[in-house]
Amino acid sequence: MIETRDLVKRYGAITAVDGISFKVEPGQVLGFLGPNGAGKSTTMKMIAGFLAPTSGSASVCGHDVETQPLEAKRSIGYLPEGAPSYGEMTVRAFLDFIADVRKVAPDARRARLDFVIEHLSLAGVLGQSIETLSKGFRRRVGLAQAILHDPKVLVLDEPTDGLDPNQKHEVRTLINSMAKDRTIVVSTHILEEVHAVCTRAIIIANGKILADATPDELESRSRYHTAVSLTATNVQAAREALARIAEVESIEVDPQDNRITAFPRKGRAIFASVSETLKAQGIAVSEIQLERGRLDEVFRTVTEAKAKEARA
Amino acid sequence: MSGNVGIIFRRELASYFATPVAYVFIVIFLVLAGAFTFYLGGFYERGQADLLPFFGFHPWLYLFLIPAISMRLWAEERKTGSIELLMTLPVTMIEAVLGKFLAAWAFAGIALVLTFPVWVTVNYLGDPDNGAVFAGYVGSFLMAGAFLAIGSCISATTRNQVIAFILTVVVCFLLLLAGFPLVLEFAGAVLPQVLVDAIASLSFLTHFNSISKGVIDLRDLLYFVLMIGFWLYANAVVIDLKKAD
Repeated sequence: MIETRDLVKRYGAITAVDGISFKVEPGQVLGFLGPNGAGKSTTMKMIAGFLAPTSGSASVCGHDVETQPLEAKRSIGYLPEGAPSYGEMTVRAFLDFIADVRKVAPDARRARLDFVIEHLSLAGVLGQSIETLSKGFRRRVGLAQAILHDPKVLVLDEPTDGLDPNQKHEVRTLINSMAKDRTIVVSTHILEEVHAVCTRAIIIANGKILADATPDELESRSRYHTAVSLTATNVQAAREALARIAEVESIEVDPQDNRITAFPRKGRAIFASVSETLKAQGIAVSEIQLERGRLDEVFRTVTEAKAKEARA
Repeated sequence: MSGNVGIIFRRELASYFATPVAYVFIVIFLVLAGAFTFYLGGFYERGQADLLPFFGFHPWLYLFLIPAISMRLWAEERKTGSIELLMTLPVTMIEAVLGKFLAAWAFAGIALVLTFPVWVTVNYLGDPDNGAVFAGYVGSFLMAGAFLAIGSCISATTRNQVIAFILTVVVCFLLLLAGFPLVLEFAGAVLPQVLVDAIASLSFLTHFNSISKGVIDLRDLLYFVLMIGFWLYANAVVIDLKKAD
């Protein structure tokens, strides 16, 4: 479990984190979203016990990170931003070092090392020094280091940055497989990742929490939520037909691919009436889709509204 | 050595030998130590069976070689960001500072031990006071520790190893200079004797010279131990204050 209360971090006149409070329970995967410089990494550094908060507090599994730092650090697996490690060490020596420092029990050691080596596909590079590895491998060595001691709490700062699509998929599967009865916080600015791994998402900007909801709830805030998008051969005819449907609030046509999107009036479902109308009018449609809502649009709306407010 | 200090110590010491730097350093140290002793020190010409010309040059040898060891201790951790990894592992600040320092000190010790052919030579040529030679080694090792503690602390203030090197050389040079007869005479002309003694007692040279003459005085030992303790404590404080940079 992770709990933060009014966490604040100031650097001189700059407030990087401005009163962040949240609580993550075991079984939850919390996605930390926000523009660059929003305070995601700073918050994670404070939870991991690297930076001391200016005010407020954070606790991990009931241990306050400032008054009981060792207990808190023992229960955390932490992947710092950029996945730093000791470049001159070989992967094997580095993982051995972590197992020593983390006091992995001797009888479990072999099994834990095998587990991370297998799940992060490190078997082929064990004898190589870390500085000679590609970015993707380095990131995976960092992940291996974070999960080696089978921690109750995982704090991962951009775990899939620099990975190719296959590796991303593997890491997400790994995170999902560990999610049960663990508390996981993941920061990312890849929005598709939120759906792939998170059960909950927090959007922060300028050090403040702007939204805290499940990915589905966030999507339902999008104006695309329950809108209908379609591609018609005769754009003009389709557009006119849709405009006559009472529940349709407005219609937009994408200037690039001529894809038509019909937005419903508030709280109305229009998919059925749209498809019936098109069929009745005999308008040919090559594809039609009910929109779930677009996270990137919600993200922009939430964070830009905040930025405008800050400028005003 | 067990526990976290031991784990960090072993990782750190192994990392010295993971790159050619360690071997280059040891070779340069041995060559310079030999050259100073036999040419500048007039080891043969003196016709005395002792190692004073050997130890006499150690402070000046260390002045440039020890900062080369210590400069990477923390500056490199800062530069690569591994300091964040180290400080979020379940180790205390004291364990981290001590483990890294002891590894550097052990490395300097290895270089020092490898000068044993000089000791063999002097025993072959004459009949030296081996107790005094041993005291010289103890003094030299302690002085290396004090240089390293200063270097470790200064290395923690920056992410740039070159800056760490230069600043360490300057600070160590001042501490050496404080015991130089020329400086002390000059100070004696303008300052009261109490202050001159205080300056002299702060210097590496004063304490190292008395040990290397073969007298292991508790006060000299205490000086080096306190010096190391003080700088390592400052080292921990600096890291704590400057973690974010």
